[in-house]
Amino acid sequence: MTPRITDVWVYLSASPLLGLTLTLLAYQAAYWIYQRAGFNPLLNPVLLAIAMLVTALILTGTSYAVYFEGAQFVHFLLGPATVALAVPLYLQFDKLKKLALPLVCALLAGSVTAIVSAVGIAWLLGASESTLLSLAPKSVTAPIAMGIAEKIGGIPSLTAVLVIMTGVSGAMMAKYVLDALRIADHGVRGFAAGVAAHGIGTARAFQVSEQAGAFAGLGMGMNGLVTAILAPLLLVLWRLI
Amino acid sequence: MLGALTVLLVFQLIGEVLVQFAGLPIPGPVIGLLLLFLCLCVRGGLAVPLRDTANGVLQHLSLLFVPAGVGVMVHFPRISGEWLPILAAVLVSTALSIAVTALVMRVLMHGRDGSDTAADQREGDA
Repeated sequence: MTPRITDVWVYLSASPLLGLTLTLLAYQAAYWIYQRAGFNPLLNPVLLAIAMLVTALILTGTSYAVYFEGAQFVHFLLGPATVALAVPLYLQFDKLKKLALPLVCALLAGSVTAIVSAVGIAWLLGASESTLLSLAPKSVTAPIAMGIAEKIGGIPSLTAVLVIMTGVSGAMMAKYVLDALRIADHGVRGFAAGVAAHGIGTARAFQVSEQAGAFAGLGMGMNGLVTAILAPLLLVLWRLI
Repeated sequence: MLGALTVLLVFQLIGEVLVQFAGLPIPGPVIGLLLLFLCLCVRGGLAVPLRDTANGVLQHLSLLFVPAGVGVMVHFPRISGEWLPILAAVLVSTALSIAVTALVMRVLMHGRDGSDTAADQREGDA
């Protein structure tokens, strides 16, 4: 790619500055809307920001690869942010310790439900095999999910998108599902959001309360480990049937 | 702030190195999370700058998923071709998973109804 540097646009589109700045601007605009709407879960800021950016990239004919040159700096922070989850986990550890058995059982039930129902529904509706395999790890955080997809024969980059779709839909639906079940405890609410909707569910839980956020972070981390083991095992069972 | 950020990166780095050496199926940052957590437990305390930096990073956790999410544009053809199975699977499965996780946890915590768990939560917060 050797564009003739004759105008500002060509210059800018070749530098990481634009992708990075656009990401921050879009997210802050999205967050402003979300805040103005009283943190209504249906106006999820991740969804709004993605919609704005995809529209802008398509209108300007910019490829995802060029955009990601700049956006990778934001993407990179997922690593240290994951490590940072150790802090709320530590602060809530006394509460978590007492709940070890309910947490582990709920995790296993939620994790199996996520994998089996996603693959089962898509299979019933006639999805292709590579889509099915990419869907299996959809409830866990992107880096783990992509690793699982690769191992079981899915498409890692498609899995990343399905993971984001799951996270966004979980963050949007969690309040309504949990209210309908009349579950009030912030620990339970957060844990369910983290298990089913990984980091985006966790981000939403942190916006509700620190307790919900810490339980969500725990659910996300534990489900990452459990799904990495369960998804390949369930796949073997599926093939046997 | 700078020191705390360095701590996070160092733990991530240790995690990545361990994963590479041991060939673990888990990403490096998750190992870094576990190691930092163990360190905090052993040390028995948390420095204020680390707490503030961690909270600062986690407050904007949702921002960090935006770049990967924009990748949806690369998969438009497949997603529009199989939109019904994909959308149904994602929406129904996510709602089911939230419900099952929450119900199992509530039953095992108390075997009672929601109002009691809320009361216990206030007790726990105090």
